Amino acid sequence: MGILDGIPHVSAALSHRPWPRAVVTEAGWQAAIDRLVEGGLTLLGFWGEPTAVHMAMLDAGSAEIAVVSYECTAGTFPSVASRHPPALRLERTIHDLFGLAPTLADDLRPWLDHYAWGKSYPLSGRNTSRDARPYQFLPAEGEALHQVAVGPVHAGTIEPGHFRFTANGEHVVRLEQWLGYTHKGIESLMQGASLEAAAKLANRTSGDSAVAYAFGFARAVEAALQIEAPRRATLLRALMAELERLANHLGDIGAICNDASFALMHAQTGILRERCLRAANVAFGHRLMMDVIVPGGVTRDIAADGVSALRALLAELQKVFPRLIELYDNTASLQDRTVTTGIVKAEYARQFGAGGYVGRASGRDFDARRATAYPPYHALSFEVPVLQAGDVNARVWIRIREVEQSIVLIEQILDQLGPGELETALPARIGHGACEGMTLTEAFRGDVLVWLRLDGALRVERCHLRDASWFQWPLLETAIEGNIIADFPLCNKSFNCSYSGVDL
Amino acid sequence: MRKTLLESLTHGSLTEPAPAPDDSALAELATKVDRAAQARLGRSLAIRQVDAGSCNGCELEIHALSNAFYDIERFGLRFVASPRHADVLLVTGPVTKNMRQALERTYNATPDPKWVVAVGGCAIDGGIFKGSYASVGGVSAVVPVDLHINGCPPSPTDLLKGLLALLEHVGGKG
Repeated sequence: MGILDGIPHVSAALSHRPWPRAVVTEAGWQAAIDRLVEGGLTLLGFWGEPTAVHMAMLDAGSAEIAVVSYECTAGTFPSVASRHPPALRLERTIHDLFGLAPTLADDLRPWLDHYAWGKSYPLSGRNTSRDARPYQFLPAEGEALHQVAVGPVHAGTIEPGHFRFTANGEHVVRLEQWLGYTHKGIESLMQGASLEAAAKLANRTSGDSAVAYAFGFARAVEAALQIEAPRRATLLRALMAELERLANHLGDIGAICNDASFALMHAQTGILRERCLRAANVAFGHRLMMDVIVPGGVTRDIAADGVSALRALLAELQKVFPRLIELYDNTASLQDRTVTTGIVKAEYARQFGAGGYVGRASGRDFDARRATAYPPYHALSFEVPVLQAGDVNARVWIRIREVEQSIVLIEQILDQLGPGELETALPARIGHGACEGMTLTEAFRGDVLVWLRLDGALRVERCHLRDASWFQWPLLETAIEGNIIADFPLCNKSFNCSYSGVDL
Repeated sequence: MRKTLLESLTHGSLTEPAPAPDDSALAELATKVDRAAQARLGRSLAIRQVDAGSCNGCELEIHALSNAFYDIERFGLRFVASPRHADVLLVTGPVTKNMRQALERTYNATPDPKWVVAVGGCAIDGGIFKGSYASVGGVSAVVPVDLHINGCPPSPTDLLKGLLALLEHVGGKG
């Protein structure tokens, strides 16, 4: 039975690909929420348009995906967040950007809107004003409690965000995040953009996942237009995606250890990360491989000396990385900081549909590369590591295992890389109405959802980009509870959620 | 692991020679930096990095400056945690409206003499985020900028060239 078979709906969007999208009545919307609350479905995305809201959902058992849409005829929609907490920040964002109001919502505080834009509800197309009120943090009360406010400008070279800790002595009793500082209005800039301009914006949604976003955006366009990139292009895309995963995991494994005052690991993994970026630069002409993946294929082939540069990188990694794993595994002072620290409960990881190493370290066995088997991963063999402990240590180990898997994948891709075309030509225009595409792509930190609608002239009418961090940031709030403030950097780094990717 | 440590000791340094300061960066500096302040600073610069809304790409490359290949500290360049310890603000991003006040306050908290280096294409004029309701369109729209380092993101070598140009200038050599 398909997801939509169990949800009453009025009509199906015929041009939505590859998964179905259906318009539902209030009863259908509530039925969908029921399925989320029961745990039968996982919330994959929740976004707005000027007069509608959409929810993407996953059936974890069958890996089936579907979208339900609710027409907000009265400018309102039944609140999802009041019954299903993972929807909360997305729901507040929909209200900030479109002015659509969730009915019976418990929490309507602004999320991205800091009252600095000079306009309210910027994507609504209407001119409505909103009362500016000081941001209210949730209360945590008690005689011995004190608050520590951190950010938006942090002590290190990291992205801006605000953390409000309430502590009892050293122990954190509540952490509340307030983000939105890097909100650049990406979804508004996307509207009416050419595919070329929109692909550049997608590339720069979260710089550490430039490849994953470009990959997801390109595939969403291809899904909408019902075309496929040539095989060689898909292999090169996956090659870049795995290089990006390697570089990020290597950098982060060291950075986590550094936050536990173990600088040696940081120095060693820093060398390996730099080697990845240099190999990427040789192979694709850009250290972060920006603007190589575009709708239809890739803009450039791997350089003549790219394959040998990548083979040399793999040889170095195979020589050095096992020693670093051994060092991590045998250093008691480091393990003392990472084992049992910052535990994410398996129940929360499941409820929030936490992607990437955050979910997989807490027993959620999901990887978009395997679940949706997009090319070329359908023809590559790799394992998805899963652990149960949910602590900082487990997240480090998942990353270690994923480094090993990325090495295996890059080897396979280099072996399979035969001659072939790099781009499939896009139609000049589709000529008849709009078409819609949606994809899930596995970035290093988890699945990125891209949903878009193109008009007849192949311009972007609406594009929504959902980073894995939406469903990971709230879990960091739960993971820190009962830990000491001094362990926060360690917990935070083991998540390494994106700020730019959720602020958009 | 002992083998790795031993190899590190015997194989010599990974650190690469310093790049020559970028000519155009030097020229831009020459017009903007007050010579009188240069003599007071000595050959050492403390840098406070401020992400004013970037995609995080620039931060990744700024991070790379501290790895064993570039080892920025050998040039007397040091990243510090507080603007009160800083000579230079290294600012990235198209400066979002939500970060405008934080950037102003960070600038005001930095003691004189101070320099602002805007890093990346977005920091110049908002880059591809120009024209958004949420961006002010570049660092110089909020605080005075002494040097731009272009690139999306600038490579560590580009960053190093720009910073060295700044250092040579404020060190009194220029």
